[in-house]
Amino acid sequence: MSVFNVFHIAGSALTAQSARLNAVASNMANADSVAGPDGKPYRAKQVVFEATAMGGGAAQGVRVRQVVEDASPPRMVYDPRSPSADAQGYVAMPNVNPVEEMVNMISASRSYQTNADVMNTAKTLLLRTLQIGQ
Amino acid sequence: MASKIDNLLAFHHQALSLRAHRQQVLAGNIANSDTPNYKARDIDFASALKNAVAGRSGEGVALARTSDRHISAGAGGGPAPLLYRKETQASVDGNTVNMDVERSQFAENAIFYEAGVSFISGKLKTLMSAVQGQ
Repeated sequence: MSVFNVFHIAGSALTAQSARLNAVASNMANADSVAGPDGKPYRAKQVVFEATAMGGGAAQGVRVRQVVEDASPPRMVYDPRSPSADAQGYVAMPNVNPVEEMVNMISASRSYQTNADVMNTAKTLLLRTLQIGQ
Repeated sequence: MASKIDNLLAFHHQALSLRAHRQQVLAGNIANSDTPNYKARDIDFASALKNAVAGRSGEGVALARTSDRHISAGAGGGPAPLLYRKETQASVDGNTVNMDVERSQFAENAIFYEAGVSFISGKLKTLMSAVQGQ
Protein backbone atom coordinates (compact mmCIF):
# COMPACT_ATOMS: atom_id res chain seq x y z
CA MET A 1 0.00 0.00 0.00
CA SER A 2 1.81 3.06 -1.18
CA VAL A 3 -0.02 5.54 1.04
CA PHE A 4 1.76 3.97 4.02
CA ASN A 5 5.02 4.75 2.29
CA VAL A 6 4.13 8.46 2.43
CA PHE A 7 4.56 8.19 6.20
CA HIS A 8 8.07 6.79 5.79
CA ILE A 9 9.04 9.47 3.30
CA ALA A 10 7.63 12.38 5.30
CA GLY A 11 9.11 10.86 8.46
CA SER A 12 12.57 10.74 6.90
CA ALA A 13 12.18 14.40 5.96
CA LEU A 14 11.13 15.28 9.54
CA THR A 15 14.24 13.54 10.88
CA ALA A 16 16.51 15.28 8.37
CA GLN A 17 15.02 18.71 9.00
CA SER A 18 15.31 18.33 12.77
CA ALA A 19 18.98 17.37 12.33
CA ARG A 20 19.40 20.60 10.37
CA LEU A 21 17.60 22.52 13.11
CA ASN A 22 19.95 20.90 15.63
CA ALA A 23 22.97 22.12 13.68
CA VAL A 24 21.52 25.65 13.59
CA ALA A 25 20.92 25.57 17.35
CA SER A 26 24.49 24.39 17.94
CA ASN A 27 25.91 27.11 15.68
CA MET A 28 23.86 29.89 17.27
CA ALA A 29 24.68 28.73 20.79
CA ASN A 30 28.39 28.68 19.97
CA ALA A 31 28.50 31.91 17.99
CA ASP A 32 30.86 33.36 20.61
CA SER A 33 32.71 30.22 21.80
CA VAL A 34 36.36 31.22 21.56
CA ALA A 35 37.60 27.71 22.33
CA GLY A 36 35.99 24.34 21.69
CA PRO A 37 37.00 21.00 23.27
CA ASP A 38 40.12 20.92 21.05
CA GLY A 39 41.21 24.41 22.11
CA LYS A 40 40.46 25.88 18.66
CA PRO A 41 37.59 28.27 17.96
CA TYR A 42 34.23 26.61 17.15
CA ARG A 43 33.52 26.06 13.45
CA ALA A 44 30.00 26.35 12.02
CA LYS A 45 28.46 22.98 11.19
CA GLN A 46 26.23 22.35 8.17
CA VAL A 47 24.25 19.21 7.34
CA VAL A 48 24.28 17.76 3.80
CA PHE A 49 21.06 16.12 2.58
CA GLU A 50 20.87 13.19 0.19
CA ALA A 51 17.93 11.54 -1.55
CA THR A 52 17.57 7.88 -0.65
CA ALA A 53 15.38 5.20 -2.24
CA MET A 54 12.47 4.19 -0.05
CA GLY A 55 9.91 1.46 -0.66
CA GLY A 56 10.53 -0.08 -4.08
CA GLY A 57 12.57 2.80 -5.44
CA ALA A 58 9.61 4.68 -6.92
CA ALA A 59 9.75 7.56 -4.48
CA GLN A 60 12.70 8.91 -2.62
CA GLY A 61 13.03 9.90 1.00
CA VAL A 62 15.78 12.06 2.38
CA ARG A 63 18.59 11.44 4.84
CA VAL A 64 21.52 13.37 6.26
CA ARG A 65 24.61 12.19 4.39
CA GLN A 66 27.17 14.01 6.55
CA VAL A 67 27.76 16.97 8.79
CA VAL A 68 30.46 19.21 7.38
CA GLU A 69 32.36 22.01 9.09
CA ASP A 70 32.34 25.42 7.46
CA ALA A 71 35.78 25.98 5.89
CA SER A 72 35.64 29.78 5.91
CA PRO A 73 38.33 31.51 8.02
CA PRO A 74 37.54 32.47 11.63
CA ARG A 75 36.39 35.97 12.41
CA MET A 76 39.36 37.98 13.83
CA VAL A 77 38.40 40.37 16.63
CA TYR A 78 40.86 42.86 18.13
CA ASP A 79 40.85 42.31 21.90
CA PRO A 80 44.37 42.45 23.38
CA ARG A 81 43.10 41.89 26.94
CA SER A 82 41.69 38.45 26.16
CA PRO A 83 43.81 35.49 27.32
CA SER A 84 43.45 33.84 23.88
CA ALA A 85 44.71 36.88 21.94
CA ASP A 86 47.66 36.31 19.59
CA ALA A 87 50.83 38.42 19.39
CA GLN A 88 49.03 41.17 17.45
CA GLY A 89 46.15 41.25 19.96
CA TYR A 90 43.61 39.50 17.71
CA VAL A 91 41.28 36.75 18.95
CA ALA A 92 40.01 34.09 16.49
CA MET A 93 36.23 33.91 16.86
CA PRO A 94 33.89 31.22 15.39
CA ASN A 95 32.99 31.62 11.70
CA VAL A 96 29.25 31.45 12.46
CA ASN A 97 27.18 33.85 10.33
CA PRO A 98 24.04 34.63 12.37
CA VAL A 99 22.11 35.85 9.31
CA GLU A 100 22.77 32.59 7.42
CA GLU A 101 21.80 30.59 10.50
CA MET A 102 18.51 32.44 10.93
CA VAL A 103 17.63 31.86 7.26
CA ASN A 104 18.55 28.19 7.68
CA MET A 105 16.38 27.95 10.77
CA ILE A 106 13.30 29.45 9.10
CA SER A 107 13.75 27.26 6.03
CA ALA A 108 14.12 24.13 8.18
CA SER A 109 11.07 24.89 10.30
CA ARG A 110 8.92 25.61 7.21
CA SER A 111 10.01 22.34 5.60
CA TYR A 112 9.26 20.53 8.85
CA GLN A 113 5.75 22.02 8.92
CA THR A 114 5.12 21.08 5.30
CA ASN A 115 6.15 17.47 5.86
CA ALA A 116 4.03 17.23 8.99
CA ASP A 117 1.16 18.47 6.81
CA VAL A 118 1.91 15.78 4.24
CA MET A 119 1.68 13.17 6.98
CA ASN A 120 -1.69 14.54 8.10
CA THR A 121 -3.04 14.35 4.55
CA ALA A 122 -1.84 10.75 4.21
CA LYS A 123 -3.57 9.92 7.49
CA THR A 124 -6.84 11.43 6.27
CA LEU A 125 -6.63 9.44 3.04
CA LEU A 126 -5.99 6.19 4.89
CA LEU A 127 -8.91 6.79 7.24
CA ARG A 128 -11.15 7.50 4.24
CA THR A 129 -9.98 4.26 2.65
CA LEU A 130 -10.91 2.35 5.77
CA GLN A 131 -14.41 3.79 5.56
CA ILE A 132 -15.12 2.40 2.06
CA GLY A 133 -18.52 0.73 2.04
CA GLN A 134 -19.76 2.13 5.33
CA MET B 1 -21.87 -12.32 -10.18
CA ALA B 2 -18.53 -11.86 -8.44
CA SER B 3 -16.87 -11.03 -11.73
CA LYS B 4 -19.56 -8.45 -12.47
CA ILE B 5 -18.88 -6.73 -9.16
CA ASP B 6 -15.22 -6.97 -10.03
CA ASN B 7 -15.84 -5.29 -13.38
CA LEU B 8 -17.93 -2.63 -11.72
CA LEU B 9 -15.11 -1.66 -9.37
CA ALA B 10 -12.06 -2.49 -11.51
CA PHE B 11 -11.67 0.97 -13.01
CA HIS B 12 -11.90 2.75 -9.65
CA HIS B 13 -9.54 0.24 -8.14
CA GLN B 14 -6.91 1.02 -10.80
CA ALA B 15 -7.44 4.76 -10.44
CA LEU B 16 -7.16 4.59 -6.67
CA SER B 17 -3.90 2.63 -6.71
CA LEU B 18 -2.42 5.04 -9.22
CA ARG B 19 -3.49 8.00 -7.08
CA ALA B 20 -1.85 6.36 -4.05
CA HIS B 21 1.32 5.78 -6.07
CA ARG B 22 1.38 9.39 -7.24
CA GLN B 23 0.79 10.62 -3.68
CA GLN B 24 3.94 8.77 -2.65
CA VAL B 25 6.00 10.28 -5.49
CA LEU B 26 4.80 13.79 -4.62
CA ALA B 27 5.60 13.23 -0.94
CA GLY B 28 9.11 12.29 -2.04
CA ASN B 29 9.42 15.58 -3.92
CA ILE B 30 8.27 17.59 -0.90
CA ALA B 31 10.63 15.66 1.39
CA ASN B 32 13.55 16.44 -0.91
CA SER B 33 12.85 20.14 -1.35
CA ASP B 34 16.23 20.96 0.25
CA THR B 35 18.32 18.14 -1.21
CA PRO B 36 21.07 19.33 -3.57
CA ASN B 37 20.80 18.01 -7.15
CA TYR B 38 17.43 16.34 -6.53
CA LYS B 39 15.19 16.41 -9.62
CA ALA B 40 11.42 16.54 -9.05
CA ARG B 41 9.56 13.49 -10.40
CA ASP B 42 5.96 12.86 -11.33
CA ILE B 43 3.86 10.41 -13.34
CA ASP B 44 1.59 11.18 -16.30
CA PHE B 45 -1.63 10.13 -14.60
CA ALA B 46 -3.88 10.06 -17.69
CA SER B 47 -1.65 7.78 -19.76
CA ALA B 48 -0.77 5.65 -16.73
CA LEU B 49 -4.47 5.07 -16.04
CA LYS B 50 -5.09 4.27 -19.71
CA ASN B 51 -2.29 1.69 -19.61
CA ALA B 52 -3.48 0.22 -16.32
CA VAL B 53 -7.06 -0.20 -17.59
CA ALA B 54 -5.78 -1.77 -20.80
CA GLY B 55 -3.78 -4.19 -18.67
CA ARG B 56 -0.36 -2.94 -19.70
CA SER B 57 2.30 -2.30 -17.10
CA GLY B 58 3.89 1.09 -17.41
CA GLU B 59 7.43 -0.13 -16.91
CA GLY B 60 8.02 -1.34 -20.44
CA VAL B 61 10.49 -4.14 -21.07
CA ALA B 62 11.67 -6.51 -18.35
CA LEU B 63 14.48 -9.04 -18.57
CA ALA B 64 13.51 -12.70 -18.90
CA ARG B 65 14.93 -14.93 -16.16
CA THR B 66 15.95 -18.42 -17.24
CA SER B 67 17.48 -19.34 -13.87
CA ASP B 68 16.53 -18.64 -10.28
CA ARG B 69 19.97 -17.21 -9.69
CA HIS B 70 19.47 -14.42 -12.23
CA ILE B 71 18.89 -10.96 -10.85
CA SER B 72 15.60 -9.47 -12.00
CA ALA B 73 15.97 -6.16 -13.80
CA GLY B 74 13.85 -3.64 -15.62
CA ALA B 75 10.31 -3.85 -14.31
CA GLY B 76 9.53 -3.27 -10.65
CA GLY B 77 9.80 0.49 -10.25
CA GLY B 78 6.07 0.89 -9.86
CA PRO B 79 2.84 0.93 -11.83
CA ALA B 80 3.78 3.93 -13.97
CA PRO B 81 6.94 5.34 -15.56
CA LEU B 82 8.47 8.14 -13.53
CA LEU B 83 9.04 11.34 -15.49
CA TYR B 84 10.97 14.47 -14.60
CA ARG B 85 9.13 17.68 -13.95
CA LYS B 86 9.86 20.63 -16.23
CA GLU B 87 11.93 23.24 -14.47
CA THR B 88 10.58 26.79 -14.20
CA GLN B 89 13.21 28.50 -12.08
CA ALA B 90 16.72 27.15 -11.83
CA SER B 91 18.09 26.73 -8.33
CA VAL B 92 21.79 27.18 -7.50
CA ASP B 93 22.13 23.71 -5.92
CA GLY B 94 20.61 21.88 -8.91
CA ASN B 95 17.32 21.13 -7.12
CA THR B 96 14.22 21.39 -9.34
CA VAL B 97 11.50 21.09 -6.68
CA ASN B 98 9.06 23.99 -6.88
CA MET B 99 7.30 23.95 -3.53
CA ASP B 100 4.14 25.76 -4.76
CA VAL B 101 3.64 23.29 -7.61
CA GLU B 102 4.30 20.28 -5.39
CA ARG B 103 1.96 21.45 -2.62
CA SER B 104 -0.88 22.18 -5.03
CA GLN B 105 -0.40 18.89 -6.89
CA PHE B 106 -0.31 17.04 -3.58
CA ALA B 107 -3.56 18.65 -2.43
CA GLU B 108 -5.19 18.04 -5.82
CA ASN B 109 -4.14 14.40 -5.81
CA ALA B 110 -5.49 13.95 -2.28
CA ILE B 111 -8.88 15.33 -3.33
CA PHE B 112 -9.01 13.04 -6.37
CA TYR B 113 -8.11 10.11 -4.13
CA GLU B 114 -11.00 10.97 -1.81
CA ALA B 115 -13.26 11.32 -4.84
CA GLY B 116 -12.24 7.82 -5.94
CA VAL B 117 -13.04 6.49 -2.49
CA SER B 118 -16.50 8.04 -2.54
CA PHE B 119 -17.15 6.68 -6.06
CA ILE B 120 -16.46 3.18 -4.77
CA SER B 121 -18.64 3.77 -1.71
CA GLY B 122 -21.45 5.01 -3.99
CA LYS B 123 -21.21 1.95 -6.24
CA LEU B 124 -21.33 -0.32 -3.20
CA LYS B 125 -24.37 1.53 -1.86
CA THR B 126 -26.09 1.09 -5.23
CA LEU B 127 -25.38 -2.62 -5.10
CA MET B 128 -26.65 -2.86 -1.54
CA SER B 129 -29.95 -1.18 -2.37
CA ALA B 130 -30.35 -3.49 -5.40
CA VAL B 131 -29.72 -6.50 -3.18
CA GLN B 132 -32.09 -5.36 -0.45
CA GLY B 133 -34.78 -4.32 -2.91
CA GLN B 134 -36.34 -1.77 -0.63
